[in-house]
Amino acid sequence: MPATAQGPASRDAQPWPRRERGFSTDTLESLLLSLIAMAAAGLLFGVFLAAQGHDALAVYRTLYLGAFGTRFSIESTLTQAAPLLLTALCTLIPARVGLLVIGGEGAVVLGGLGAALAGVALGGASEVVGTVLTIAAGALAGGLWIGAAGALKHFRGVNETISTLLLNYIAIALLNHLVSGPIRDFSQTLKAQSWSIPKGFMIGNIPGLSVHWGLLIGLVVCAALHLLVRHTTFGFAMDILGGNRRAAQMTGLPIGRLILIPCFLGGAAAGLAGAIEIVAVHGAASESLVVGLGYAGILVAFLARQNALAVVLVALVLGGISASGGLLQRRFDIPHAATTVLQGLIFLCVLASGTFRGRLLPRRWAA
Amino acid sequence: MTGTFDLGWWGVPLAIVAGAIRVSTPYLLVSLGETLTEKSGRVNLGLEGTLVLGAMSAFATCYLTGSPWLGMLAAGVAGSALGLLHATICNLPRVNDIAVGIALFIFGIGLAFFLGKPFIEPRAAMLPGLPLGNWSDNPAIRSAFEISPMFFVGIALAIILEWGFTNTRWGLILRIAGESADAARAIGLSVHRVRTLATMAGGFLSGLGGGFLSLYYPGNWNEGLSSGQGLMAIALVIFARWRPLRCFYASLLFGGATAIGPAVQTVGISEGYYLFYAAPYLLTLGLLIYSSSRTRTLAGAPSELSISR
Repeated sequence: MPATAQGPASRDAQPWPRRERGFSTDTLESLLLSLIAMAAAGLLFGVFLAAQGHDALAVYRTLYLGAFGTRFSIESTLTQAAPLLLTALCTLIPARVGLLVIGGEGAVVLGGLGAALAGVALGGASEVVGTVLTIAAGALAGGLWIGAAGALKHFRGVNETISTLLLNYIAIALLNHLVSGPIRDFSQTLKAQSWSIPKGFMIGNIPGLSVHWGLLIGLVVCAALHLLVRHTTFGFAMDILGGNRRAAQMTGLPIGRLILIPCFLGGAAAGLAGAIEIVAVHGAASESLVVGLGYAGILVAFLARQNALAVVLVALVLGGISASGGLLQRRFDIPHAATTVLQGLIFLCVLASGTFRGRLLPRRWAA
Repeated sequence: MTGTFDLGWWGVPLAIVAGAIRVSTPYLLVSLGETLTEKSGRVNLGLEGTLVLGAMSAFATCYLTGSPWLGMLAAGVAGSALGLLHATICNLPRVNDIAVGIALFIFGIGLAFFLGKPFIEPRAAMLPGLPLGNWSDNPAIRSAFEISPMFFVGIALAIILEWGFTNTRWGLILRIAGESADAARAIGLSVHRVRTLATMAGGFLSGLGGGFLSLYYPGNWNEGLSSGQGLMAIALVIFARWRPLRCFYASLLFGGATAIGPAVQTVGISEGYYLFYAAPYLLTLGLLIYSSSRTRTLAGAPSELSISR
């Protein structure tokens, strides 16, 4: 049985374009489209800045300096990019089977909560085991959270976009409830936060860099999931389902598994991001988990056009934009929100550019 | 909350009612706007951005001109502008309306925070309330029954839309575009134009909802002004099954659920405060699970809607 009634009414306005294997015309076109879209967004943002009386070129120079200009700014860009690598996968992996999941924010929160609780519970364990289990608990919590949305989709036909949106708010309310009472560390009077995980469970920085190990974890997970979707039978089956549900059914593919596992994996990636925030940065669950990592991840996923390796590049660019916000504010007295405006413009331009897909390059280029 | 002045435990239901009316008004306006948009067959998920930009525009305009009503107009116009942007991009072939909504959500909030930075400190004139509690000498009751005219504007709109969808030519055109784009094209309608206008009108109403936030309750402008009312309105429309009058009841229910927390806190109960915030979302999710099915679309949902397919 189909999970949704995709009758003849379904049209071509799919959120995600189809793809071919290898470095094909499609890949080239995706790259070109993304570049053109970003250039257009940059131009629009420049006009916007000029209209506000700023020197757009000087702002862009500073943006570059703040993102990639110095060792310090590169490190801060990498730190900003690390969680985005993982939260992007929360939208990207389910998108391969045609689902539009926007629940990264909630999965991050659940992952952080799961990690904090596991870390506290594992108090007596040895450091390595404790760290690994703490992080795994976060990934599991996030995976189950989005996996639940996948199950609702498959078994009840509940729209996954709406359910994950609702789950974001439920997760945040749950976090606020727990850290304001049941698991609150009352010795911390400055802000409501949970009990802290043991100091020994915290992961430090990559040697020689002031960037925590979460970056490496993010890169490894991106690469692993890229392999899964591009080079395994399961990934191929996912593509069939994402491309044509009916074909997938006719071929006898296990639709349920093909919906639940990608949702679980996506949620686990975002949960991992939340867990890393706990073991690398905060040490305890609190409101600090809710800073829009999940929503930024959606943007990264769309910009990367469902390519898990492109996520790395895009996360760096967006991390750089976020990292330079502070410098822009100091140097030009431009509100920090300028970086949000730029991100929104990039997002809009990328979506609009999708309309030229398949029309930008002549098809005969395809070898 | 002043609602409990001298009333003891009776203050709690009073505070909930007063709070529900106050909190529900933006929900009502935004959800009516979203209903209007979704009836035409499109989802605008960016209403949170529209709401916040509307709030900023209203406050800034009111601060600069001194007229709160001009502020509300500015909020509506700003909302329509974002609606026009949404519709224009969605009118391009092969663009997903939900994704555009998320982009507008980010863009609208960024724009509002950027342009609204200078207006965080000052005070502006507020929208006047209607003193409907003057029959009572009790100041708590008086303040509880000082109700914004926008609440009644919302009720009137809900009734007009409920009637208009089924009984006017415009309502019919809107529903054709939402139920079957092919049928609409077959009778010579421009589906794009209908949806553009519907999205702009929806944006106008959402902008008004934002203006209510900054000019009436809570009545200031800062970056934490909205607590997700724009996103919740999307859930609310589903909860109301795309019926304007049910949007009104659902808004009161959601508003009441949000008002329970602060109201019981005034009498010293603070346990589970945050769980009440989750109540509307849990209710909507429960309703979705209950009413969805693997084999058919949601009852009441326009069939062209991407979330009902």
